[in-house]
Amino acid sequence: MKREDLIFEQSRPGRRASTHAPATLAAIDDLPAGVLRQTPPPLPEVSELQVVRHFTRLSQLNFSIDTHFYPLGSCTMKYNPRVSNTLAMLPGFLARHPLEPDSHAQGVLESLFELQELLKAVTGMSGVSLTPMAGAQGEFAGIAMIRAWHLARGDTQRTQIIVPDAAHGTNPATASMCGCEAIEIPTGPDGDVDLDALRRAVGPKTAGIMLTNPSTLGVFERRISEIAEIVHAAGGLLYYDGANLNAILGRALPAGMGFDVVHINLHKTFSTPHGGGGPGAGIVAVNQRLEPFLPIPMVGKRDGAYVWLTEADRPQTIGRLSGFMGNTGILLRAYVYMRLLGAEGMRRVSGYATLNANYLSTRLAAPGFAIAYPRRRASHEFIISLKDIARDTGATAMDFAKALLDRGFHAPTTYFPLLVPECLLIEPTETETRQELDAFVQALCAIRDLAISDVGELKRAPQTTPVRRLDDVRAARQLDLVWQNRAGTAN
Amino acid sequence: MPFIPHTDEDLAAMLQVIGVAGIDELFDEIPAALRVNGLPAVLPGMSEAAVVRLMSGRAARNVDSLCFLGAGAYEHHIPAAVWELATRGEFYSAYTPYQAEASQGTLQLIYEYQSMLAGLVDLDVSNASLYDGATAFAEACLMAVRASRNRNSRRVLVARYLHPLWRRAAEALLRGQAVELVELPAADGRTDPGALANIDARDFAAVCLPWPNFLGGLEPVDELTDWAHSHDLLVIAVCNPVALGLLKPPGKWGAQGADIACGEGQPLGIPLAPGGPYFGFMACRQALVRQMPGRIVGQTLDIEGRRGFTLTLQAREQHIRRSKATSNICTNQGLMVTAATIHLCLLGSEGLRRVAAQCHANTRSLVAALTSIDGVELRFAPFFHEAVLILPQPVATVLAGLAASGILGGYDLGADFPELGRALLVCATELRTAEDIEAYRRTLAGLPGMAVAA
Repeated sequence: MKREDLIFEQSRPGRRASTHAPATLAAIDDLPAGVLRQTPPPLPEVSELQVVRHFTRLSQLNFSIDTHFYPLGSCTMKYNPRVSNTLAMLPGFLARHPLEPDSHAQGVLESLFELQELLKAVTGMSGVSLTPMAGAQGEFAGIAMIRAWHLARGDTQRTQIIVPDAAHGTNPATASMCGCEAIEIPTGPDGDVDLDALRRAVGPKTAGIMLTNPSTLGVFERRISEIAEIVHAAGGLLYYDGANLNAILGRALPAGMGFDVVHINLHKTFSTPHGGGGPGAGIVAVNQRLEPFLPIPMVGKRDGAYVWLTEADRPQTIGRLSGFMGNTGILLRAYVYMRLLGAEGMRRVSGYATLNANYLSTRLAAPGFAIAYPRRRASHEFIISLKDIARDTGATAMDFAKALLDRGFHAPTTYFPLLVPECLLIEPTETETRQELDAFVQALCAIRDLAISDVGELKRAPQTTPVRRLDDVRAARQLDLVWQNRAGTAN
Repeated sequence: MPFIPHTDEDLAAMLQVIGVAGIDELFDEIPAALRVNGLPAVLPGMSEAAVVRLMSGRAARNVDSLCFLGAGAYEHHIPAAVWELATRGEFYSAYTPYQAEASQGTLQLIYEYQSMLAGLVDLDVSNASLYDGATAFAEACLMAVRASRNRNSRRVLVARYLHPLWRRAAEALLRGQAVELVELPAADGRTDPGALANIDARDFAAVCLPWPNFLGGLEPVDELTDWAHSHDLLVIAVCNPVALGLLKPPGKWGAQGADIACGEGQPLGIPLAPGGPYFGFMACRQALVRQMPGRIVGQTLDIEGRRGFTLTLQAREQHIRRSKATSNICTNQGLMVTAATIHLCLLGSEGLRRVAAQCHANTRSLVAALTSIDGVELRFAPFFHEAVLILPQPVATVLAGLAASGILGGYDLGADFPELGRALLVCATELRTAEDIEAYRRTLAGLPGMAVAA
């Protein structure tokens, strides 16, 4: 099994093999001794070859889209086109200082301006700000705008945000970040929001509702127009969590469903990299009533040139969410992807993502896997529940997840959404072949056979990964968050 | 079709398995009134060759300059190996490492990053990153309010010369939770310790000290840290990570050291790339770790007793704790941390120290060259790698003149800090040569209204 020593363990005092720092130490004689560092930081002393080898080997310990089918529900792990990266990394884009004059960055600004227009088109909204740096920051921007809209009208008591129980954890956490209270409402047995519960929840304190559509249960919220009526009639606004936009791209518009504000995870629908945990981009789009409140900076056009719009141009803005402009390099990658696809390509994305999910769901239902919402059409993802198998054999969703790793598949999302017991949330995306999906079905069937014949062997999975099951309790109780044995690294 | 692998035969067979006639039928649960038939405002798709031509043209249309502008984003050398490695598909296209056994590469890398970052600031623990310096600063303020012993206080003291854009971003991010930033009085380009006696410390949860500050100056951090601790305030260090190659780390400030350190990671191998993606870093004392936002990786053992790495202390996070989480952050800046970790390994501690010292020396040279022009004066000393110059002409006019000659001359401090007068913030990193500095001096001296130097 592959493993790799820590870079600190490969370090030797005095080893220098790089050309990346000045050859000598420049004079610092004007700085008082009291401001200087007395002992050097414990960085490893290694050669460039050691560094290249170490991080190449570390990379090889990962599963990734480029190496494995990665059907992680709610994450849209589709192919990240290489050309998006190549073009965003052109020196003419990378060498731009964020505070340079707008006239120096017209190529960047034109691309971002056109990206804003494209995002208006795919949401049906009238205003866009690109600045939020991830989905959770897009949520923050959205709820902050909703709050600002109420406050601008003198309506100061609206501090409750309604969130379905199936929602991503970021939704209630965002409500708290914005100083609001999250009010959870249940989901009905068909997977749609319980409208009676919603009617009971809304009132004069309702600031708005946060919804994902299709929901995290992998079904389209069919009564969305009624939900919009109920919330609007109560004086609240509707927030669309765009985590699942891949399912309806070019088929339905959040604006048409009655939403007032939407965020889109460009690292999901528009195929920018997940990068082992970011950077993402969580742009926000709004209808006219929220436009004045959009976060800055935004890109505008003035006298034939593109400009960054700031506080001076947008006096009612909720403000800045980053030191500069957000994750601009990610925005360029999304722009490249959208230009490659065009209108027809975007509609194909939702079409084939939904085709793959429904095909996989049907293929898994046939040999008896329990689909969580069997009478519903799957969106771009779907849930199977292993509750019965767990009861009969003792094999849990986590066991299935680990056994998939041994068979060369990244696991689906496990134990989310919280309301389906022993669940796997499976999102194949449009970029997988039918043959890959068939192989995945075979793997799940083989694992189920093993659960029945020898659950003890199943629980030993994974056996082929760089490490086997890890002791999470030990990790949390005997905290070891930094390498302590620093002897020999500092000189 | 771009990136969609289905053959006609695949499509037909799959539709048959599902039992529908065509793809459009799969959307039959969307009410008809909500369905749209395409995206008329979106242009047709392009070939890769056509997009390459389009974007190469736009990249070329941007205007490159000789950069003496810092103000929170710095042009440093980035070894070629950094992004060659960071954009390997196994890093680039992996998700957050929730399935630990399938993500040991990313997890071990983050553990190594946490170790280096904690060592750099000389505190006990680090998280796996936040979005950028401004959001890390805001999250540090929220964390301090949660952890403060001055329980009722939702106010945080901030040095006047903290990055003005970060300050504005933090105000936007803190407004919802009614956390207020209150400015410390300043004198001579840094916080005035003499004014502390007039502050009722019980009103505050923490004090935030930039290191170096926005003007490039060195705050009296030892004195301020001891004052804060003697009044039960937490100390938040907002620091430049390259500067820490040379300057005293937050963990050594005053008698006890700072409690939280945060800052902008961009100087560690991240391109300027108009404003992002960068990454924010955060570290703290062990006792505060459960108040820290964001992901944290820990070392543990697998069932065979071998070392392995996993996300830990997840009960702080939104996917477990929901509305009671320490933050709503989920996706962070993983790929940027990948690059920064590789960057730090390639430099090593001596390399980082030399880069920091060279930045300082080059800025001294720049200051000497520019102040040789009549009417240009240095305002404050000592400084690290940025310095405030007072100009005999309006700064905006001077900057426009320099830009027309291909020089980004610095940051106009007038709007944010009017008390400084016609003040320009200049920066010379290790990349600026003697020739670059002479080009700046010559161009500045030649601008209309500037006296020509001897």
